[in-house]
Amino acid sequence: MSNSVYDSPKTSGKVERHILTILVDNEPGVLARVVGMFSGRGYNIESLNVAEVSSNEHLSRITIVTEGTMDVISQILSQLVRIVPVHSVNDLTEEGSSVEAEVALVLIDSHTDNKKEIFRICDIYRARKIENEHNSIIFEIAGTSERIDSFIKDVTKIERIEIVRSGPVAISSQIKKEEEQ
Amino acid sequence: MAKELVGSEIVLKALQDQEVDVIFGYPGGAVLPIYDTIFGQNSIKHILVRQEAGAIHAAEGYARSSGKVGVVLVTSGPGATNVVTGLTDALMDSIPIVCITGQVPTHLIGSDAFQECDTTGITRPCTKHNYLVKDVNNLSSTIHEAFEIAKNGRPGPVVIDIPKDVQFAKGSYNSVEENKIRKHRLYEPQVRGDEIKIIQALDAIANAERPIFYIGGGCINSGLKATKLLKEFIDITKFPVTMTLMGLGVIPASNECSLGMLGMHGMYEANLAMHECDLMINLGARFDDRVTGRLDAFSPNSTKIHVDIDTSSINKNVKVDIPIIGDVGIVLDQMLRIWKNRGYQTKKDSLSKWWNKIDGWKKIDCLRYSNSKEIIKPQYAVERLYELTKNTETIITTEVGQHQMWAAQFYKFEDPKKWLTSGGLGTMGYGFPAAIGAQVANPNSLVIDIAGESSILMNIQEMSTAVQHRLPVKIFILNNEYMGMVRQWQELLHEGRYSESYMDSLPDFVKLAESFNAVGLRAKKPDELDDLIKEMIKVDKTVIADIVVDKTENCFPMIQSGSAHNEMVLNKSEKQDKESAEKGKVLV
Repeated sequence: MSNSVYDSPKTSGKVERHILTILVDNEPGVLARVVGMFSGRGYNIESLNVAEVSSNEHLSRITIVTEGTMDVISQILSQLVRIVPVHSVNDLTEEGSSVEAEVALVLIDSHTDNKKEIFRICDIYRARKIENEHNSIIFEIAGTSERIDSFIKDVTKIERIEIVRSGPVAISSQIKKEEEQ
Repeated sequence: MAKELVGSEIVLKALQDQEVDVIFGYPGGAVLPIYDTIFGQNSIKHILVRQEAGAIHAAEGYARSSGKVGVVLVTSGPGATNVVTGLTDALMDSIPIVCITGQVPTHLIGSDAFQECDTTGITRPCTKHNYLVKDVNNLSSTIHEAFEIAKNGRPGPVVIDIPKDVQFAKGSYNSVEENKIRKHRLYEPQVRGDEIKIIQALDAIANAERPIFYIGGGCINSGLKATKLLKEFIDITKFPVTMTLMGLGVIPASNECSLGMLGMHGMYEANLAMHECDLMINLGARFDDRVTGRLDAFSPNSTKIHVDIDTSSINKNVKVDIPIIGDVGIVLDQMLRIWKNRGYQTKKDSLSKWWNKIDGWKKIDCLRYSNSKEIIKPQYAVERLYELTKNTETIITTEVGQHQMWAAQFYKFEDPKKWLTSGGLGTMGYGFPAAIGAQVANPNSLVIDIAGESSILMNIQEMSTAVQHRLPVKIFILNNEYMGMVRQWQELLHEGRYSESYMDSLPDFVKLAESFNAVGLRAKKPDELDDLIKEMIKVDKTVIADIVVDKTENCFPMIQSGSAHNEMVLNKSEKQDKESAEKGKVLV
């Protein structure tokens, strides 16, 4: 559109999945501020995770998986920075090397005829058996979302299951030069 | 050392330390302790409004005309919900407001108590930040922080919700200085621009052949220094300047480089220059849709520089080439220094060709209208108002609609902070309370609310406030018995089906004024106008001037929704093609 000799910051186009981590003051209402910004401005949240990471400084980290073109993502980032209790925002997808992981709990009926086969699949995926009461078996599986997707796909082929997923959390695999305040 | 005070005393002490001299408010159950403390002191004046919406608009008018933070005090529940419109208005137009709301006692929160509402929940999206103070020991630091957030960076409204038991509880008071040491994190937006980007911008400015400055309200918020530096930069470059609705007055209308306002009802030459420029220098404006028109045809061949303190304003609506994040005053200072040090020069030959082109557009005389001897044209009324008040220290406020646009077009502003209008939110009922606030801040100025008969009725109850506090505010109603702008859109886009836009059963505004013990005046013929205006200025009382104007007049020039800058309609006879009219209908 513009005949600029300078770089345009981002080109619009492809919708991509991005993982954002947001360091916030752990105070009442802070999650509502972040989530409200997404809903109020029409952005997507695919998954959301929040937990305190430093109790003496009262800091929490929110991990949000969202989808959008680069334009939308950069607007999300600058809208997030505007929120007063937000300390820092990182787009891990943009920053390159990062590790993400998710936890899922899977419940199956212990009377199933397919027990053996299910145990075999769990072995392949290294899912851990964590409880066996009330005629049920619960497995815990951790790893990338894709790995969990494919585990669920394999198990549901042979058995009806109940499932709960945490949504991914992620961390940059590079040591930061300047530690965030 | 921290002193022990009760919560309500902490509130007043903190406001005094923040050099607050006036509060706009309305009492109620949940703020009675604070009102009790107000009763026993003289340093802060309280202006009692007649509805909370009036309080917050008055605080906006006070803040914008003085450059200070406007302070509002209202009760819980309905008190808080009544200020929501004003908070949103202040957020959109970047006005520093601290609004204290009462809340039910802490132990009753969540029980649907009498006059309880989730104030922080309701106001979260319409404030820059908000607080619920549950511990009296955090009260003073919260108030100090609220002022810092309200006025620093891009200014905005901050709400502090204080439960009644906290107002009664004893706690320690921290002064502004003590608070600075205590805080683990300061609210410090970036104010200095990136020097590499600034040099890129200056290179582009020096090489520009068809440049334009596009000035917004940020230049006013940045302070008088920014205005001064901007004038200097314009003197050096001699580039044409256009201002947004919010930016009017930054550069005097009489400045040879000023093209006036741009946008939907802006000047033809300003919009055409925006469309054809090769360099756009946006200083503290935010590419609002009323300014840009159709986005995919907005200034298609220009390099765009955007200076803004709010990162999220950059690349939000329009992609820019050289974004500079910072306070416009500080960035201008950096720019001017480097410009002079490096001995930059503009391209004078290209510039004079560009000015020739612009002068050609000016000859269109886009504001011309056919005047009448029988009936008062609204444009003529504003022109006469300007002529008869231009030598007086005058502040103009407006409501929202046709009159607002005519005021922006025909009243010539020479200084910043003299023009207060609801730009972003477009709040009818804004102008009169804002004028009250402006008069409180500027007791020696002539404050005039240019209004429409529909807008004024939205906050007419504030007549009582103006009269009680002896504020000689003038309400100048352009009375066409229609919601004029609604009627105009219905005429242009809905084949003249004037659905619910006629104002029936209007009050007699002269009698209305008299019933409040104010002065009512009326003009029906053009030759009565000058005498009325002179009388209105002379009377040292609140005045309602009812100007009976042409009912069918439309506001032109106009970029209809869905059109581009170069598709401006100059008058009624120029019809928009049917297809774009259909598209425009769905836009607002």
